[in-house]
Amino acid sequence: MSQATTMTTGARPAAPRRAGSLGDAVFAGACQAAGAFVLLLLGGIIVELFIGGLPAFRAFGLPFLWSTEWDPVSEVFGAGVSIYGTIVTAVLAIIFAVPLAFGVAFTLTELAPPWLRRPVGTAVELLAAVPSIIYGMWGFFLIAPLMAQYVQPTLIDSLGELPGIGGLFQGPPFGTGILTAALILAIMILPFIAATMRDVFEQVPPVYKESAYGLGCTTWEVMRGVVLPYTRISVAGGVMLGLGRALGETMAVTFVIGNANRITTTLFGPGNTIASVVALEFGESETGSLKLSALLALGFILFVISFVVLATSRYLLRSRLKG
Amino acid sequence: MSATTQPALTPVKDLAVAARLGRGRKRTDVIIRTLSLAATAIGLIFLASILITLFVKGFGAMNLAVFTEVTKPPGSEGGLLNAIVGSLIQVVLATLIGTPIGMLVGTYLAEYAQGSRFGDVVRFVSDILLSAPSILIGLFVYQLLVLPFGGFSGWAGVAALAIIIIPIVVRTTEDMLSLVPNTLREAVIGLGAPKWKMIVLVSWRSAISGIITGVLLGIARIAGETAPLLFTSLGNNAWSTNLSAPMPSLPITIYSYAGSPFQDWIELAWAGALLITLAVLLLNIGARSLLGRGK
Repeated sequence: MSQATTMTTGARPAAPRRAGSLGDAVFAGACQAAGAFVLLLLGGIIVELFIGGLPAFRAFGLPFLWSTEWDPVSEVFGAGVSIYGTIVTAVLAIIFAVPLAFGVAFTLTELAPPWLRRPVGTAVELLAAVPSIIYGMWGFFLIAPLMAQYVQPTLIDSLGELPGIGGLFQGPPFGTGILTAALILAIMILPFIAATMRDVFEQVPPVYKESAYGLGCTTWEVMRGVVLPYTRISVAGGVMLGLGRALGETMAVTFVIGNANRITTTLFGPGNTIASVVALEFGESETGSLKLSALLALGFILFVISFVVLATSRYLLRSRLKG
Repeated sequence: MSATTQPALTPVKDLAVAARLGRGRKRTDVIIRTLSLAATAIGLIFLASILITLFVKGFGAMNLAVFTEVTKPPGSEGGLLNAIVGSLIQVVLATLIGTPIGMLVGTYLAEYAQGSRFGDVVRFVSDILLSAPSILIGLFVYQLLVLPFGGFSGWAGVAALAIIIIPIVVRTTEDMLSLVPNTLREAVIGLGAPKWKMIVLVSWRSAISGIITGVLLGIARIAGETAPLLFTSLGNNAWSTNLSAPMPSLPITIYSYAGSPFQDWIELAWAGALLITLAVLLLNIGARSLLGRGK
């Protein structure tokens, strides 16, 4: 970084070294060292999780990724169920959250009167501020009973009868399970997706929208024909950001997913995710045990998945970041 | 993209057809507007439902003992004092450690790393850390500080929370510094001040309210973090201010109490949940109003 420093302080090459140059070197060095520290952190997370998971990777090999067994007594562990649960809940959450987030962003940028936009926008953003554990308690004590009493029986009676997709909506209505976990996740990631969509919708040059309105387009036609095509890459980035968040959510999911190590065909069935397994089983794992190593290996897998998703999100959002 | 607006653009001779098309387009527009407003209403209803649940259950369980007694076995009247104090200690220390590091990184990105490759990498990594699952940061600190030093400790909890707050401070510091006009910087340099003085006395000072906002939002975020503490400070049912031993915290106490079969513990968990949510929401609203006033 000495280059940038000399560029500014060295504007007068003939001048003697000024008193500030030592201070400059120290300050620039501290800033750069802090930057390097952040890189070390990420590198450290990858390396430590991998080292911790190494015994499990060695013991089970590649089949660890899809094996559905999790038997602490005979020390056989597989990540299949929790990877499946992680991806299914996160994808379902995206399916629920994206239309809602679009509605919120559409309302905040085009529909709501200007005086209402700020308070409503803040309220939606506060959803992101509520801690994960609060969502967990709320989901477990309020939403899960509601699901068991009203939503799931209704779904079983209506959609459960259909051929094909009916199988998704069958089984005893416990209230907890994959569907409830996905629903809570959807509410948690809604503000992240909505905020990104609102920001990029606002970046569309007004002239484009005005031209479309001038042609007689309705508000929805302007959104569909002008705003969405103009912003679709950033919108995809926002969705990926939400997906990344949903994959790693721990406490809320732990409360409502039912925590069973099996893959069920019905969405009402219990399951688990990587994060919920790690949070729950960690307390019962002894230091140095193969089980602990399997949990760290799960952590490594979750890290790789989230890294890919978050890096994609950032790549898609790069134009917004620059603008 | 004109393909999507075709009905409006094709000239239609037959007036009846035109009127029908127009009605159809209007109807679609009204339906989607209504659905969008409904989506917003749903979001607000969820927030209201969470807050109402917390207030009803939390206030019912709130009493003086929550603030004056430590956690006790079920059946005897206990409170959350040790958990509240433990959380305060860990959050304050994590903020004190994380904020300067985050500010330096943000300053590096905004003032030194314009267009440099290393800066781009740091920015990318910081953004990944910002959204990375917090449970993994807990596992990392477990591997780094808990295993080698022979046990769960308050310091490990502090380290995990500090790692979580750093990228939040980085983001706001960089964003706020990039709003400082360059002419201001040039004026200071032109007066003969060294660059570090320019940054400390001018850039930081102009951006300070924004940076404070970021720190407050960061505190709000780490105050509610539960997952990373499971593997680091673990929790403790006794009064403990020893940072080298397992340390109680509000989120962990809420977690273990809410999942317990004892009614009085579940009620205490609601009281704790209300406390933590109030603190987090007040920090958020305070931070936002600070930013709103600063501009």
